[in-house]
Amino acid sequence: MFDLSPADWTAVELTIRISIVATLCALPFGLGLGWLLARRNFWGKSVLDGLVHLPLVMPPVVTGYLLLISFGRKGPIGALLYEYLGIVFSFRWTGAALACGVMGFPLMVRPIRLALEAIDRKLEDAASTLGANRGLVFLTVTLPLALPGIIAGVVLCFARALGEFGATITFVSNIPGETQTISAAIFTLTQFPGGDAAAGRLVLISVALAFAALFASEWLSRRAAIRFHGD
Amino acid sequence: MLAVGVEKQLGALKLDVKFEAKNGATALFGPSGSGKTSIVNMIAGLVTPDRGAIALDKTVLFDSGAGIDVPPHRRRIGYVFQEGRLFPHLSVRQNLDYGRRMSGVPRDDGEFARIVKLLDIGHLLDRRPGHLSGGERQRVAVGRALLMQPKLLLLDEPLASLDAGHKREILPYLGRLRDDAGIPIVYVSHAPIEVRRIATTVVRLDAGRVVATGGTELLKDAEDDIFA
Repeated sequence: MFDLSPADWTAVELTIRISIVATLCALPFGLGLGWLLARRNFWGKSVLDGLVHLPLVMPPVVTGYLLLISFGRKGPIGALLYEYLGIVFSFRWTGAALACGVMGFPLMVRPIRLALEAIDRKLEDAASTLGANRGLVFLTVTLPLALPGIIAGVVLCFARALGEFGATITFVSNIPGETQTISAAIFTLTQFPGGDAAAGRLVLISVALAFAALFASEWLSRRAAIRFHGD
Repeated sequence: MLAVGVEKQLGALKLDVKFEAKNGATALFGPSGSGKTSIVNMIAGLVTPDRGAIALDKTVLFDSGAGIDVPPHRRRIGYVFQEGRLFPHLSVRQNLDYGRRMSGVPRDDGEFARIVKLLDIGHLLDRRPGHLSGGERQRVAVGRALLMQPKLLLLDEPLASLDAGHKREILPYLGRLRDDAGIPIVYVSHAPIEVRRIATTVVRLDAGRVVATGGTELLKDAEDDIFA
């Protein structure tokens, strides 16, 4: 059953790499934006909040298309990135990671924001009277107390990235070995007669990955809970 | 010595107070809503006065005229809050060490042992705050504030959240603290029995103003609450 072809393995490896890169790159933005939305009041806050959540409610194909026209080689952002930093997204696995990161971003920001909102600000005041400047208060009090929410956000974003299909295929197409993730590979296999067995194997891998991510998150949040309530 | 002269509009309450606190314990005594907690928050730097000045010894902490406002983390003022505010994700030992580490005070095992003994919290060091009783929590909060080697200690109704038994348990520690600490203590309370036990000077507040300053004889007419 599990005699995966090299091409299947490539898709699995690529999916995991894309999901990890997408989640890690989204995390600093997710923390920053979660903090901004939880702690600051500014003009246009609800617009920003809406923009962040847009990928959650828009058809993924639309998100992919918007990425294509803005981050493509000739798009306004894509052209600048290529010219000054040499970064190319279109038809590369990095583009797939960008699409997955954008799609997972709202799922990451929400739990982080809620965790930050739930923190008792009085504990931060107490830390500042004990000599901690703002940066140290954030690192030693805010961040550890928000950790369960941050873990939840990371896991949700990662899980979304694992399964991303529509935005990725619209933005960076379906190139084996470059942008063809498990989902795209399954889709391709189902388009031809005789692909069912290979598709079935990838489906099983996909289910196993999803379970692994769930168990990892459960284990991590239990550990975080133990840190709060003691042994 | 601490010198406070500040004004602040707090909703309907106009806070306008002037007092000094020398070594020993100065009680800010008055009914709820007389502005006691706001005053200690201003001393700690957590609330900014509209006008006025706060000085500790020769250091100006706040002066609206000169534009001086030292941030809380550089004031070196130990603050024991009504609800303790221990960090739930740290052990008692880490809580006790927090202020010392953040204030850059060198490690001093002798001082740590002395404070732990003074407050009788040695058996709690490896526990989490969630596993402490109210009285234990407040003793750890006092220890945490003392171990940062503060120049002033603020105690904001440290017994208010405790039942009568726990209050009786902590009062002797606070008395010892007043005699041992060697720094001014500002003690906020609305309970005459506590103030009589702890205070060397009483600043009596009402509706945001100082109505009298003197010794504990100011409390003669004050009614004790049920616990005595």
